[in-house]
Amino acid sequence: MEATNQKTGLLKELEQRIRRAEHPRELVVDVMLALQEQYGYLSDDALEEAARLLGMSLLELEELASFYDFIYRRPVGRFVIRVCDSVVCWLEEGEKLGEHLEARLGIRMGETTPDGLFTLLPVCCIGYCDMAPAMLVNRRVYGNLNQEKIDKILEELRTGDERKGLPR
Amino acid sequence: MKDLPMVLLRNRKADRTTGLQEYRTSGGYRALELALKELSPKDLCGMVVDSGLQGRGGAGFPAGRKWMGVAEDAPHPRYLVANADEMEPGTFKDRVLIHADPHQLIEGMLLAGYAVGASKGVIFVRPAYGRMAEILEREISKAREAHLVGQHILGSEFSMELEVHRSGGRYICGEGTAQINAIMGLRPQPRETPPRTTEKGLWNMPTVLHNVETLACVPHIILNGPDWFKGLARSQTGAGTKLYCVSGKVQRPGCYELPMGTALREILEVHAGGMRPGSRFKACLPGGASTRFMSPEFLDAEMDYEALRRMGHRLGTGAIIVFDETTCLLRATVNLIRFFARESCGWCTPCREGLPFVEELLDGLEQGRGTREHVEMLRSMADALCNAFCPLAPGAAQPLESLLSCFEDEVLEHLRLGRCPYQTR
Ligand code: SF4
Ligand code: FES
Repeated sequence: MEATNQKTGLLKELEQRIRRAEHPRELVVDVMLALQEQYGYLSDDALEEAARLLGMSLLELEELASFYDFIYRRPVGRFVIRVCDSVVCWLEEGEKLGEHLEARLGIRMGETTPDGLFTLLPVCCIGYCDMAPAMLVNRRVYGNLNQEKIDKILEELRTGDERKGLPR
Repeated sequence: MKDLPMVLLRNRKADRTTGLQEYRTSGGYRALELALKELSPKDLCGMVVDSGLQGRGGAGFPAGRKWMGVAEDAPHPRYLVANADEMEPGTFKDRVLIHADPHQLIEGMLLAGYAVGASKGVIFVRPAYGRMAEILEREISKAREAHLVGQHILGSEFSMELEVHRSGGRYICGEGTAQINAIMGLRPQPRETPPRTTEKGLWNMPTVLHNVETLACVPHIILNGPDWFKGLARSQTGAGTKLYCVSGKVQRPGCYELPMGTALREILEVHAGGMRPGSRFKACLPGGASTRFMSPEFLDAEMDYEALRRMGHRLGTGAIIVFDETTCLLRATVNLIRFFARESCGWCTPCREGLPFVEELLDGLEQGRGTREHVEMLRSMADALCNAFCPLAPGAAQPLESLLSCFEDEVLEHLRLGRCPYQTR
């Protein structure tokens, strides 16, 4: 019940924003991200919803959804961990951290843990090269990483306060 | 280290963002007041042309000339776009700049908007900078309450709206025409030019697109004059200060504001604290992934667009990535090419097909499976990449070409040994 209310609330809000916009298409990424947040990923239903809201074709949306890194057309975990594998993080042994995460979570890059908690992905330079090696968990940045730090972050994500305030 | 001009980062604090009131106390929005009261848009253009301000996003194109690209009788509405996408590996200056002093960007946008007659400004922000988007939205609304943004700014005839646009995240969105497509909800691949975006940009209307750092310079130029700005630089051909981002094997990676044209050696040894204990400088990329490797013989280079161009290099974003003598530059280049291959938008063949091919050849070479013929193939591929539709693939060719020409010995050493001579990787 609460979830349905939340959903109608979101749709109303999006409809309003779209109505007020001079060029509704400018909102397409915002709309996709908001629906993704609601559904957990941009499911077919969510994609259709976005198309309806914006008066765009499914094909146009698919073209965008498949292009952008932060839009997921397949289910992802509650926490999407993106390990930077660009040049500065590579210099700082970022590769090893990626391998460490794979071992700790028991999954490979691109996979999700069976409990649906973690998805592991590589990411291009996230603009925190001064704190390399770095990674993102959903939208939060963690820098100056090492194996112990990663273990601690994982532990906190599993149990503690880090869970809060981490929108996708 | 006194006497170093602090302009763009003068309000930087260790732990927080400078708010509207503090920004005003430090002289903020005085340039806007001055412009709206006493200067015409033409005056502003003239001042920015005279200041010698060059685009800080990588190309170094004169900002004033870009403004002049919007014809006086060009149609309305006109747009201004602040490129805060910052996805060039090694680059993080816009992040530092906006976290330190967001109103500096806002004021710069308003001034640029006034100069070119824009009624709307869009700040394009990458997903990894979510916090920055929030800061900007909050501060824009504070500026709106203070009549600094919106209708009749400071009681004048000038009106301009500002908006934050969140990207879905891809490197190519940093390219100007692709960014315009992205904002319009189109698949963000680059557009054909001409027409330039200053003629037909966002919604086919005149659009001026600048990097964040470029716009942040504008209030200071208007307030203190073009000569003052020019005089900040240390090189003859430069103007203003520059935010140099240093990363890699130095003691203190970070973002340093220094006079344009500061010598590479000074940036690395004095400001970034020198190399880490026990490591020696081998090479650096002077301005992100799309620039050529610089060897130690260039340590005295003045880090300015013109000076580097004359030496066959590019300043790019001024993001200096430092490699030490234990690093295999061949491996580093594989990493760089993999980045470009992954981020290719797929529109044109030299890039879409060429980059994965280069990656495969380089990777083979690095693992000792290469031949001389492969080296020659890579050389011709570096040329071929330059025939691509947009600057992404030619950017990728820069480190590749410099690896093959300036570090040929290292490449050949891999051939000779049949393996990588750098054991660590
Ligand atoms: S060079 Fe690459 S990124 Fe640019 S248009 Fe061609 S395929 Fe797209
Ligand atoms: S290279 Fe990893 S954050 Fe820039």
